[in-house]
Amino acid sequence: MSLLSVDRLTVSFGGLRALDEFSFSLSEGDFVGLIGPNGSGKTTFFNALTGIYKTQFGSVSVDGNDVTKASPQAMYEVGVTRTFQRLRLVPSLSVFDNLIVGSQRGLNTNLWWNIFKRAGLRKKVDEELSRCSDLLSQFNPRLVGTLLSPVSTLSMIDRRRIEVCRALISQPRILLLDEPSAGMTHEETRMLMEDLLTWKERSPSLAIVLIEHEMGVIDRVTNRCVVLNYGKKIAEGEYQIVSQDPLVKTAYLGEE
Amino acid sequence: MANFVKGHFLITILATIAGLFVYFFLHLERSWEIVLVVGLAVLTMVVSRRKNLIARAQETCLQKPKFSISVFFVAAVAIIFALRSEHFALLMLTTVLLYITVCFGLTAQFGFVGLVNFAGIAFFGIGAYTTAVLYQYAAIPDFLIILASGLVAAVIGSILILPILRTKGHYAALITIAFGVLFRTFLEVNDTLGGPQGLKVDGISVFGLSFNENINLGLLGTGSSYVTYSILALVLCLVTFVFVRRMENSWVGLNMDMVRHDEIAAASFGIHPPSWKILAFTLGNFFAGLAGSIYASMSGFIAPASFNFADSLVLVSIVLLGGLGNVFSVIPAAFLVVVLPEKLQLIQEYRLLIFGIVVILILRFKPSGIMPRGARRYYPSLGVKK
Repeated sequence: MSLLSVDRLTVSFGGLRALDEFSFSLSEGDFVGLIGPNGSGKTTFFNALTGIYKTQFGSVSVDGNDVTKASPQAMYEVGVTRTFQRLRLVPSLSVFDNLIVGSQRGLNTNLWWNIFKRAGLRKKVDEELSRCSDLLSQFNPRLVGTLLSPVSTLSMIDRRRIEVCRALISQPRILLLDEPSAGMTHEETRMLMEDLLTWKERSPSLAIVLIEHEMGVIDRVTNRCVVLNYGKKIAEGEYQIVSQDPLVKTAYLGEE
Repeated sequence: MANFVKGHFLITILATIAGLFVYFFLHLERSWEIVLVVGLAVLTMVVSRRKNLIARAQETCLQKPKFSISVFFVAAVAIIFALRSEHFALLMLTTVLLYITVCFGLTAQFGFVGLVNFAGIAFFGIGAYTTAVLYQYAAIPDFLIILASGLVAAVIGSILILPILRTKGHYAALITIAFGVLFRTFLEVNDTLGGPQGLKVDGISVFGLSFNENINLGLLGTGSSYVTYSILALVLCLVTFVFVRRMENSWVGLNMDMVRHDEIAAASFGIHPPSWKILAFTLGNFFAGLAGSIYASMSGFIAPASFNFADSLVLVSIVLLGGLGNVFSVIPAAFLVVVLPEKLQLIQEYRLLIFGIVVILILRFKPSGIMPRGARRYYPSLGVKK
C-alpha cells in the first residue's frame, strides 16, 4: 500500500480548474519532483493536500485512511508538513520560536500548565532547545549559534534552511517543499539541496515532494518527476525520460 | 557575588527613581511643575538610552523578576502612603492602575493574537454594571461580586467573539466598535439599569472595614478612603501583570504570536487559530470586567456617560503608544495618557486631538512604540551567558 495516494483530485476557483483530476501516489522514501509552467497548479496541489484549499472532487488518503476533507491541523497530525513558496517564518521571533512551532504536537499548550507549572515548562524548554540545536547541527552546524536570535537577522538561505527544519522537527512522513530555491542563487540552491540530501540519507523512509523550476536540481535530487500543465498531469517518470516528452517540451517552450 | 548584589542594588535604585517621578507627577498641581516633571522624566529617558542604561536595566530586571516585582510593589505602596490624604491624586492613581489592568488584557488581545478591541471600555462597563446590580439584588461576599463581574464580561465577550471569528482585520474591529456604541445606547434606554441617570453602587467592605470611609493608619494619621481602593487596584494590576507575562513567556504566547502573524502557517503546524483568539479575547475581557467592578465600588455611582467610545480609543492608544505587545510599556503610557490631561487643564479639551496626533506620529515614525517588545523569555536566565 502506498503512503500517499491521490485520486482524481480537483480544485476549481469559479470556472477555473486549477487542479484537474490529478492522480498521484507516493511511497516511503520517494523523492518526487513536481514541475510545470507558472500557474500549472503545483502550489494549488500542495494547498489542497494540506487542507488549505477545499477540493471539489477526488480523494486523498494517507496509509489507506481517507483524509480528503481533513483540516490543515489534521494533515499535520498524520505527518504531512510543508514549506511555503514565499517564506512563512515570523521574522521578529527567534529561530527557536520559529522552529519549535513545528513541534506543536509535543508541546503542552494547556493554559493552567503554562502559567503555573513554570518549573516543568523550564525543563521542557531546555529539552526542546537541545533538540533544536541537534537538528540544526545535523542540518547545518553553522546555524546552531543563531538559535536565540531573531529570524530577521538571518540571510535568505538560512531562513530557507530554518523553514525546512521547522517542517522536519516533528519527524513527518511526507515533506512538501514549495520551491525552496525561490529568491536564491544557484550556488545557494545547490547548498540547500546538499543539506537536504544529507538529511534524506539519515532518514530514508521520509518521502519528499519538491516543486522546483531549476531542472538541474530536479535531475540531480529526485528519482521520479511529475509534470503539470493547466492543472492536468501530462507526464510522469524519470526526469531524463520525461524531459524528452514532446508534450512537456510544448508546455514549457510553446508550439514551434 | 558582587554582581549579584549589584543587580539588586540597581533594581532598587530604578524603582526609587520611578517611584519619585510618579509621586511628584501625582502630587504636584501647577501646570509648570507638571511640565517640569515630565520634561525631567523624558530627559532621564533620553540620557539613559544614550548610555544604553535602559537596555541594561531592563535586562537586570528580567533576570530577577521576583525581586524586581517585589521592589516595584513596595515602591507603589510607598507612593500610596505618601499620598494618603490627597483624595484626587489617589483617585487618579487608582484609575490609572485599573486602566493599566484593562490594557494588560487588551495587550493579550491586540498584541498577542492580533484582535483589535475597540470596546475595551464596554467590558469595563459590563463589570461595573454587574457590580452595581449584584450589590442591589444579591447578598454575596464582595470578592465574589468582583469575580462575577469579570466572569459576566468574559461571557458577554465570548458571544461577541462569534461574529468576530467570521471576519478578518478591519471588519473584526468594526464589530467591536459597533458593540461599544451599542452598549452605551443600551444602557441609556434601559430603565432597569438606571437609564442615563445611572446606578448607585455600594462600597466594598471586608470584615467590617468599609472601603468607603477614611481609615486610621495609626502613626501615619487618617488616610483617604481611596487608600484601600488603590491598594486593591494595585494587587489586581500586579496579579494581571504576572499572569499576562507568564502567558507571553510560554508555549501559549508562542502560539498566540503565530496566530497573529500567519494563520495559514500556524494551521499547517497544527495550531487552531480560533481557539487562541477565543482564549485571549475572553481573558482580556475578564480582566476588564474585574477592573470595572473595582471602579464601580470606588466611584459609588456609575452612569452610561462614563463608558464612552472615546474612552475605548484612549485604551487602545495606551497600548499602541507604549509598544504593541510589550506588557511593561503599558504602565508609563497609561500614566501619561490618563494623568497628563487631568493635570494640564490647557490640553484637557483637546486631549483626543492630541492623542490622535501622537498615535499617528508613533505609527508613522516608530511603529513598534516607545518601548518595543523584547524577545520571549521562557525563563529568566534563558540565553544569559554564564
